[in-house]
Amino acid sequence: MKIAVKVNGRLYESDVEPRTLLAYYLRETLNLTGTHIGCDTTSCGACTVLLDGEPVKSCTVLAVQANGREVMTVEGLEQNGQLHPVQSAFWEAHALQCGYCTPGMLMASYALLQDNPAPTEAEIREALSGNVCRCTGYVNIVKAVQLAARQLSGEGQEALQEVEAHGASSN
Amino acid sequence: MALRQTELRPLGKPVGRKEDPRLIRGKGRYVDDIMLPNMLHLCVVRSPYAHARIRRIDASAALAAPGVKLVLTGEDLAKMNLAWMPTLAGDRQMVLATDKVLFQYQEVAAVVAETRAQAEDAAQLIEVDYEPLPVVVDPFYALTPEAPILRDDKEKKSNLIFHWEAGDREETEAIFREAPVVVKQDVRFPRVHPSPLEPCGCVADYDTARSKLTFYVTSQAPHAHRTVLALVSGLPEHQIHVISPDVGGGFGNKVPVYPGYVCAIVASLKLGVPVKWIETRTENIASTHFARDYHMTAEIAAREDGKVLALRVKTVADHGAFDGAADPSKFPAGLFSIVSGSYDFKAAFVEVDGVHTNKPPGGVAYRCSFRVTEAAYLIERVMDVLAQRLKMDPAELRLRNFIRKEQFPYRSPTGWVYDSGDYEKTLRLALERIDYEELRKEQAERRARGEFMGIGISTFTEVVGAGPGHTFDILGLKMFDSAQIRVHPTGKVIARLGVRHQGQGHETTFAQIIAEELGLSVDDVLIEEGDTDTAPYGLGTYASRSTPTAGGAAALCARRIRQKARKIAAHLLEVGEDDVVWDGTAFSVQGLPGRSVTMKDVAFAAYTNVPEGLEPGLEASYYYDPPNLTFPNGAYIAVVDIDKGTGAVKVRRFLAVDDCGTVINPMIVDGQVHGGLTEGFAIAFMQDIPYDADGNCLAPNWMDYLVPTSLDTPHWETDRTVTPSPHHPIGAKGVGESPNVGSPAAFVNAVVDALSPLGVEHIDMPIYPWKVWSILRAHGVTE
Amino acid sequence: MFPNAFRYEAPASLDEAIRLMTEHAYDAKVLAGGQSLLPMMKLRIAAPAVLIDLGGIGELKGWRETEEGLRIGALTRHADLERAAALYGRYPLLSRTARWIADPLVRNRGTIGGSLAHADPGSDWGTAMIALHAEVEAAGPEGSRRIPIDDFFVDTFVTSLQEGELVTAVHVPAPSGPVAARYMKLERKAGDFAIAGLAVHIVTDGDGRVAEAGIGICACGPVPLRAAKAEAALVGRPLTSDTIAEASRLVPEDAEPADDLRGSSDYKRDLLRVFALRALREIAEELEGRASIA
Repeated sequence: MKIAVKVNGRLYESDVEPRTLLAYYLRETLNLTGTHIGCDTTSCGACTVLLDGEPVKSCTVLAVQANGREVMTVEGLEQNGQLHPVQSAFWEAHALQCGYCTPGMLMASYALLQDNPAPTEAEIREALSGNVCRCTGYVNIVKAVQLAARQLSGEGQEALQEVEAHGASSN
Repeated sequence: MALRQTELRPLGKPVGRKEDPRLIRGKGRYVDDIMLPNMLHLCVVRSPYAHARIRRIDASAALAAPGVKLVLTGEDLAKMNLAWMPTLAGDRQMVLATDKVLFQYQEVAAVVAETRAQAEDAAQLIEVDYEPLPVVVDPFYALTPEAPILRDDKEKKSNLIFHWEAGDREETEAIFREAPVVVKQDVRFPRVHPSPLEPCGCVADYDTARSKLTFYVTSQAPHAHRTVLALVSGLPEHQIHVISPDVGGGFGNKVPVYPGYVCAIVASLKLGVPVKWIETRTENIASTHFARDYHMTAEIAAREDGKVLALRVKTVADHGAFDGAADPSKFPAGLFSIVSGSYDFKAAFVEVDGVHTNKPPGGVAYRCSFRVTEAAYLIERVMDVLAQRLKMDPAELRLRNFIRKEQFPYRSPTGWVYDSGDYEKTLRLALERIDYEELRKEQAERRARGEFMGIGISTFTEVVGAGPGHTFDILGLKMFDSAQIRVHPTGKVIARLGVRHQGQGHETTFAQIIAEELGLSVDDVLIEEGDTDTAPYGLGTYASRSTPTAGGAAALCARRIRQKARKIAAHLLEVGEDDVVWDGTAFSVQGLPGRSVTMKDVAFAAYTNVPEGLEPGLEASYYYDPPNLTFPNGAYIAVVDIDKGTGAVKVRRFLAVDDCGTVINPMIVDGQVHGGLTEGFAIAFMQDIPYDADGNCLAPNWMDYLVPTSLDTPHWETDRTVTPSPHHPIGAKGVGESPNVGSPAAFVNAVVDALSPLGVEHIDMPIYPWKVWSILRAHGVTE
Repeated sequence: MFPNAFRYEAPASLDEAIRLMTEHAYDAKVLAGGQSLLPMMKLRIAAPAVLIDLGGIGELKGWRETEEGLRIGALTRHADLERAAALYGRYPLLSRTARWIADPLVRNRGTIGGSLAHADPGSDWGTAMIALHAEVEAAGPEGSRRIPIDDFFVDTFVTSLQEGELVTAVHVPAPSGPVAARYMKLERKAGDFAIAGLAVHIVTDGDGRVAEAGIGICACGPVPLRAAKAEAALVGRPLTSDTIAEASRLVPEDAEPADDLRGSSDYKRDLLRVFALRALREIAEELEGRASIA
């Protein structure tokens, strides 16, 4: 079946089998392998992408359902060679280890910050509760999202210094 | 906050990770990201029965299905002598079943097709005629005479795999006979699974023109995998190129060789094109190697004042259908005899019976050093039972029994020589930071109000870094590890190591070690691991061994470079070598601080201006066989509140004070601790893989095998003490596993402490709300 | 994991969808948000030959207030109801339930109609709709009809929808007075199906007596159930510690939980009692400011 999907701002026209899951379409047809797959039961969120701006699990969406819509993947975060603040915050705050959950976490965090520029820790934990991380224990992910929020709101340097004063990851 | 990577003297500093720029851009390269031209896809057909004879396999419909290129059965593999393969524990395991299956989800056939979907479609068309056999689920039943013998392929007609002992039975029993106080407790460590976020998988690419197999695999031990594959397949080892690309978490799951790997290789050999196999989450949980599943009984003999005297432990270990433990060959029960923990016992005796059942093979060292988690959990749990029996504060009991600082190096009653520690200091720091006295006061007030609040302590000792080659080997391969450093003319370094990280941050921490030793910055040092064609031989990353072994190799290898650099520096400074001093960033002339040359100057000279008689170039390799293991330790305190209505436990606070010796990168150490605590928390409260009486796996996916989310996970507090290892080149001990080893006991001790007014002395993990509710209601407590 | 191959249909109108359903009958499955169906298809527990995607039918999306209450289109997503601030006052149970469903990513796809038609015994929406005395609007070749929620769930994964019929909306009656609600749920981990759950919806009259009581029970029977005895015990009486205790005792009497990995039937019954107690106490406290409660 023919579909037309805008992914990271670029229009792709493809002929897919209807059973193709969006995650596999992105990975195998478009070679956007940043979107990962970690479970079969819609449990882990490694495959999180934005569909018309909202975070969804792309392993539980058919590629044909994305026909005529816009998808944003982790590859779409960096603009003109500039990391998005949520990316640099994950790096600064040591919010990733093996990196497998990271693209999904970044997309869910990005979506949260679009919606809620100054989330509380509880709101961050709620927004990321569909994304499993087996490495970090979430502490530094929460810190990274807070850091990104402050950087996005223009408190960049100040935010850095503050988090620095408190240590990146210890209490 | 993460430091820039350009600073000199980076050891001990929170340097930002070098692996992150690709990972945050979605440009990591994990095995499933490898897509090669003409690549086919493999799907494994698995047994629905836990124990059954295979009467017949009919693959004709599958072979006729669209896109199908090949079907493999056990019979096909048997013709190639590949139906069985060795496990790392010295047992053997079926690749594809020939005559019978021994666990549900066991590999029975493999289908190779043009797409994954076609392979899955065709797998459904394979008809297998099974004759169900009686199933053995309970390891205690397995040991009875009436239980059917599961492994009729083995010479020994018994379900007992091994009986293993450590310590002194007679001395221990003599002390028990005289002891004024004896406590005894049965403790189960449930069957759990490492379940990294990325499942296992591989791409086998056999190049017929070059007779070379390139094997991309999610491996924690690529060199060991290559050797095993060479032994199994008969391919020459130098014609096998194992590449472990970015690995999405391992935790012990990616140490063994799995049947799917062998099938993919055979398929690629037969078809001459690349073949990919990526397992599903169900396959990961229900067929790759599990961890733990220890049924333990511990007894402590003590004086009435709380001084412990002797420890006796008996364990039945369920290994499933094949002994798939990744233990060193002399240690069928791993390092379980570390069970005397942080305490000065006069005597101990430990025995373990390993047993076959109709369950998947195991058990791997899941984020732990070969059964150390079971041991640490047991002793920390039973020390609390003793405290409760003696009506002593558990902190006080521990302080009274710790191995004292001046006793190191300390020889344990089971023969371990602990390198260093200051257990009292670590516990006292934890007690102070959490304000233990105040918490006990609050607890008393809450108890008076009928509320259930608990404080749990765990002061564990780990034993990691396997290991000294004279004692530790896997399939005969000595457990040293290696580093190879090349300093290029502009002072830039490529260093390769025999280990393989899966998120631990080696690209940063090993760069820190080498940069520190060479007076360079982290930015100057590129770390490469996981490619057997380029990296020096090593046993891999698990059992917290990377820093103790490869970290040591990295430091010593760099020092070897520095030795040569000193000669070149003397030449450049026009003085004798003895007059050259190294201050950490440059060589200078003794007494003449103004004249100095940096490692970059030396590196350039190594290729442009070496003194006569000296070999040009600046590179070295080092195979480091550590003289001893290292003994990281910690004091963890959990504070919990119990909901009387639902039985739900809320972890209000958790403080981990770790002593992992010298800290290479505090940011990464904290990250490792956070992650390990989260896994320990999951084990304590939500994880178990139960089987029904027919051997059906009841938690074969992440809907029932529970992994905690950000909402479930408590906030973690960390701190540390630093007692360097006296024998490690930089004094480091390893930390990745401590939090997973040490934390379960803290959680369980806290819940038991909360319920202790009801007379509760023990609850087995996982502590589901239902279990707590049952205890509360049995004692008439209700909302 | 991949679903089996299927023919994909994306009707643009309800009529077309019904025609396709009639044509393909049992070979077809209807795709709404897909958050239950697609995982089942990936595991090949479900293997439809034809998949009819309702996603393109605009008339099934969104909610609007009607004379009798609220009409929620079948394709209204969990997240829409979770965030519908306009409904927090009059229909508080909707957002309170929505935020307990799975996780935020699933809630961005999953729909109320899909959830009801799937008829999982652990359906949070099913439980809430019981508490709200809702009616399911279904359309089929014979036209449209409304099915009281108590008649809608027949058995686990079985509804009273006829062949060719699909859920088009759910109707929630408007509360006749001050209203408060709670959704209580215990999970083994965040996002899990309930060990047990309870939806409580209370409307009081001018005297602070309970005018309407709705209590739905989640994951304690083959379908979401109604705590009818407890409801009856509350209607016409004020929320006092006595009436609350009595109703809470009665809630488990209408439950039919089974022993499973999540807990024993006794445990689940007791959870329902505890939830009822907590929910009714909180509701009483909340309503106190809005109407006098004895």
